[in-house]
Amino acid sequence: MAVRDLYRDYRLPWFGGEGEASDVVLASRVRLARNFARLPFPNRADRQQLAEAQNRAASVFSRIEKTTGQEFDAVGMDALTQMEREVLEEKQLISKNLTQEPAYRSAFISNDRKCSVLVNEDDHLRIHCMAAGLDLRTPLDAAFRVDDVVEETQDVAFDEKMGYLTSCPTNLGTGLRATVLLHLPGLVYTRNINNIINISQQLGLSVRGLYGEGSETVGNIFAVSNQLTLGFTEQAIIENLMNAATQIIDNERRARKALSMTSKERLEDAVWRSYGVLKYARSLGESEVLELISKVRLGLDLGLLHEATAERFSELLIASRPSYLKNLAGNDNLSQTEIDRKRAAVVREILAGGAPEQEKSP
Amino acid sequence: MLCDDCHRNEACIHFTQISPEGKIDKNLCEACAARYQNFVPPADARNFTVNDFLKGLFGKTPEEKEDKTGGGQVCPNCGMTYRDFAHTGKIGCSVCYDTFRAQLAPLLKRIHGSSTHSGKIPRRSGGVLVVRHEIALLKEQLAEAVQGEAYEKAAEYRDKIRALEKQIAEEEKGGEAHGRA
Repeated sequence: MAVRDLYRDYRLPWFGGEGEASDVVLASRVRLARNFARLPFPNRADRQQLAEAQNRAASVFSRIEKTTGQEFDAVGMDALTQMEREVLEEKQLISKNLTQEPAYRSAFISNDRKCSVLVNEDDHLRIHCMAAGLDLRTPLDAAFRVDDVVEETQDVAFDEKMGYLTSCPTNLGTGLRATVLLHLPGLVYTRNINNIINISQQLGLSVRGLYGEGSETVGNIFAVSNQLTLGFTEQAIIENLMNAATQIIDNERRARKALSMTSKERLEDAVWRSYGVLKYARSLGESEVLELISKVRLGLDLGLLHEATAERFSELLIASRPSYLKNLAGNDNLSQTEIDRKRAAVVREILAGGAPEQEKSP
Repeated sequence: MLCDDCHRNEACIHFTQISPEGKIDKNLCEACAARYQNFVPPADARNFTVNDFLKGLFGKTPEEKEDKTGGGQVCPNCGMTYRDFAHTGKIGCSVCYDTFRAQLAPLLKRIHGSSTHSGKIPRRSGGVLVVRHEIALLKEQLAEAVQGEAYEKAAEYRDKIRALEKQIAEEEKGGEAHGRA
């Protein structure tokens, strides 16, 4: 797969549509933080040391490719345009922290897009692995495989009591942050979402909206992650998160059922109206589109509408993000109105099952 | 008149905010004004990171003592001082955790409790640790077995633990014989 597709393709194999409990869970993700022993952490390293970390990372990748059977694209942040960096960020293949000082920062992204290793973010290595649906075991195993290859040739910063040493003390121990992305329109519309957030926090989990600014979340998609990294095995951490996620999923399904029992007509109307707007609008705002996508996806999962597939809606989530659209248009200076028109055009095209944009470009 | 926030759309709402910091007048378009409806988010609330929080914690630990001893410790590997932590909220390198073990202990306790690592261990450099980890796991299973009154299973675990402990003792002896630290 060509590197350029990274920025124009709106499909991610792990994002929505498939897998366990895919009516609620969009994706599962695992991150391991690792550092090379003695080499100063990126925030403290000088250029030479940053380059050293990059070289060490690059040196293990041919072995990683052999072990995982996947080819990786090496993407240097300083070689990308601001728009391209933002597209990768929107697709959650890299983090914002990696883009802030692009020099000596890079990402290795596997061809199936299920694994990305960030070099010189907060830690020397951040190994991310993703899977569709509720499945943290597959990405954990995949991340361990990458980690094992690194350990074979590199001395990794590790302490018997504190575990893997990280630049931020909150990641000490396993260096593991496991995340489940959940679509929770039922809990939001029945106003139960705050209960879920409060209970999750008491269980040592963090819940935040994936889209939206501040406390205001848009699109009803939430990321649930573990907060504690030390004192538990990786398996215990993901089991705990999977159990909590299963509870949330049960509650979400119950809320959806209640909604479709008590206000089926209204819900059906809202779903079809949303579909109509997505299909025919000539201008769509950033938050607006997320709300519409959420409603149509809910209608789809409840069987109120059969006009499109779940995969389409995950594609829409990526293709309607502002940087993706700007990059597609090849223009960083689009006005809000122009972006909104472009967004509506792309959404119409995807819903019509049209040819993906990148095939048209030279 | 254009909106004061986005400078794109026509302003149609006059907005006045009175806070302890003073009074702010703004002319906003409808879209921007909508964001102010459930006021008031403090400036850059979203940019407050965990490191900012840690800075506060670092700052409150024994800085005065250091000043008396002349500037405090410096990490021999990366040159980080304890005051640098208070500044960035981030650790400098893996050796810092050793250098500042005493100062970091109370902070780590606040974040993680008195936990010790029980997860994955680097296989090549982990050496004896890998075996110790296995023993810890077996001990957990042993306790569970005893609680469930599965004494045959428990005996099995006990024998395995003994065998592994013997293995460690031999390895450590062997290590010393080869002049390993």
